[in-house]
Amino acid sequence: MNELVFFINNVVIAGSVTGSIYAIGAIGVTLIFSIMRFAHFAHADIMTFGAFMVLLLTTAFPAVGASIGVPTALVMLPLAMLLTAALAVGIDKAFYKPLRAHGVKPIVMVIGSLGVTLMLQGLIRLFSGTGGQSLYVDDRKEIFRIALPFEGVRAPIVITEPQIYLFVITLVAVVALHLFLNRSRLGKAMRAMSDNPELAQASGINTNTIVAVTWVIAGALAAIAGTLLSLDVTFKPDLSFFLLLPIFAAAIVGGVGHPYGAIAGGFVVGFAETLAVFNWNVLLRPFRDSLPTWLELPSNLAFVGTEYKIVVPFFILVAILVWRPTGLFKGKVI
Amino acid sequence: MHGGYGSMNILNGVNMTLYADEVGVIVGPNGAGKSTMLKAVFGLLNVNQGEILLNGQPIHNLPPNQLVERGMGFVPQEKNVFPSLTVKENLEMGAYLKPQNVKRMLAQVYDFFPPLVEKRHQPAGELSGGQRQMVAMGRALMAEPTLLLLDEPTAGLSPLYMNEIFDRVKKINAAGVGILMVEQNAKQALAIADKGFVLAAGQNRFTDTGAALLADPDVAKSFLGG
Repeated sequence: MNELVFFINNVVIAGSVTGSIYAIGAIGVTLIFSIMRFAHFAHADIMTFGAFMVLLLTTAFPAVGASIGVPTALVMLPLAMLLTAALAVGIDKAFYKPLRAHGVKPIVMVIGSLGVTLMLQGLIRLFSGTGGQSLYVDDRKEIFRIALPFEGVRAPIVITEPQIYLFVITLVAVVALHLFLNRSRLGKAMRAMSDNPELAQASGINTNTIVAVTWVIAGALAAIAGTLLSLDVTFKPDLSFFLLLPIFAAAIVGGVGHPYGAIAGGFVVGFAETLAVFNWNVLLRPFRDSLPTWLELPSNLAFVGTEYKIVVPFFILVAILVWRPTGLFKGKVI
Repeated sequence: MHGGYGSMNILNGVNMTLYADEVGVIVGPNGAGKSTMLKAVFGLLNVNQGEILLNGQPIHNLPPNQLVERGMGFVPQEKNVFPSLTVKENLEMGAYLKPQNVKRMLAQVYDFFPPLVEKRHQPAGELSGGQRQMVAMGRALMAEPTLLLLDEPTAGLSPLYMNEIFDRVKKINAAGVGILMVEQNAKQALAIADKGFVLAAGQNRFTDTGAALLADPDVAKSFLGG
């Protein structure tokens, strides 16, 4: 049983945490692709920007959260979402819109977004420094140890406060997005434009408005993902950037342009990562006595070492592109 | 009117007049500029010379969304539905600029195309060609157009559906909507036309009432296959 608890802590919880963050990031990437038809490589640094806004606001008003009993960073999140959405719309106006107006090929937009990513990273580093900083400025990070009421189970299930917030906020964000896309007039227009931009225009849908709305949603979601990631670990100016590959892998695994696919893809990649670095020796240990004597279990039975975790999304990405290029759900082929 | 893609003209002096609540049919051989004509009217390509008037107002080179506001609806020949949206959502998009009318117009469109009622929660991409054409026409009707442009509404349809679509076009016209359509099935189309335009090489060749064109031996010989 203790081994099972270890599995829950290291795979179920850790996988859900990683999966949620990948999923929220991948939704943004996939929405931008479905409306503007290009891979937005600056997405990870927009996540960092969101987290950085939270850090600034929390440092400026560290005591706000204590009065209502939640971490200050969480109180600042809606404000940071607004600021990040504004940044995303601003970036589009300044860099992507002129390119679109020239009718450039998607690859030019992609290269443009690489430029934006370098610029954002440099700017954030300029103000934040290169080190890590905790988003818990005045608050304490609670860690819950839930003891299981079974005999012989000594190990508790460990979950931290930001992880609980992460699950709740991910759920709320996904439900809200679902309702928006399926119930609201603007959300339906967004799906319509993703389906057939010419016909959307012929129906009187203002495509510029839809583009702006897309950036607002993608920016706000990026702020959520970046902040929740930084709450779980610490804020670092390059933390989100290293998630760029898994996030794109998630979007492609799910089928590009498919928001629900992005969610599924996020969890597939997240769990694949945690399962790949999990030490299976732990689960096999109880059966050690019944194994033949010639078979000795090595102490580390993980598929890959933790330091090679990043190869997992690479591998999934290659596998999907080779065997199912449209993704799990039927998406557009890039 | 002269117009085309970029600076190249495909239309070289076309002249058409259609009165409100008439059915106009454009026929002619492939490459005559029939679809180009329709696209030019709907602001999808450049009009380099001449003008297009709607109710006496110049409308050439206005963007499509403004033309929708002025009462024009356009049904393209291909890609004329939103495949992943349900039938109902497709229709709702047609009334995007007039959301307050959605309920009333939905009832009216379902009245024109009863088969759509039962399919309303199905993605349009899963429908048959004929049903998809109904969704496409329905979507355009949702905006309550005074003039409906149809680009080959019966292309690729079985004869059964073809008759049904012509029948609907007549009905829609009877409800007071002017129709300008391009058709390959010239005989059937001219039979329901108040006005027919035979186009060739980007110019009018014959212009008359539908019945007169059908009866004209010259038109029959060169364009209707005898």
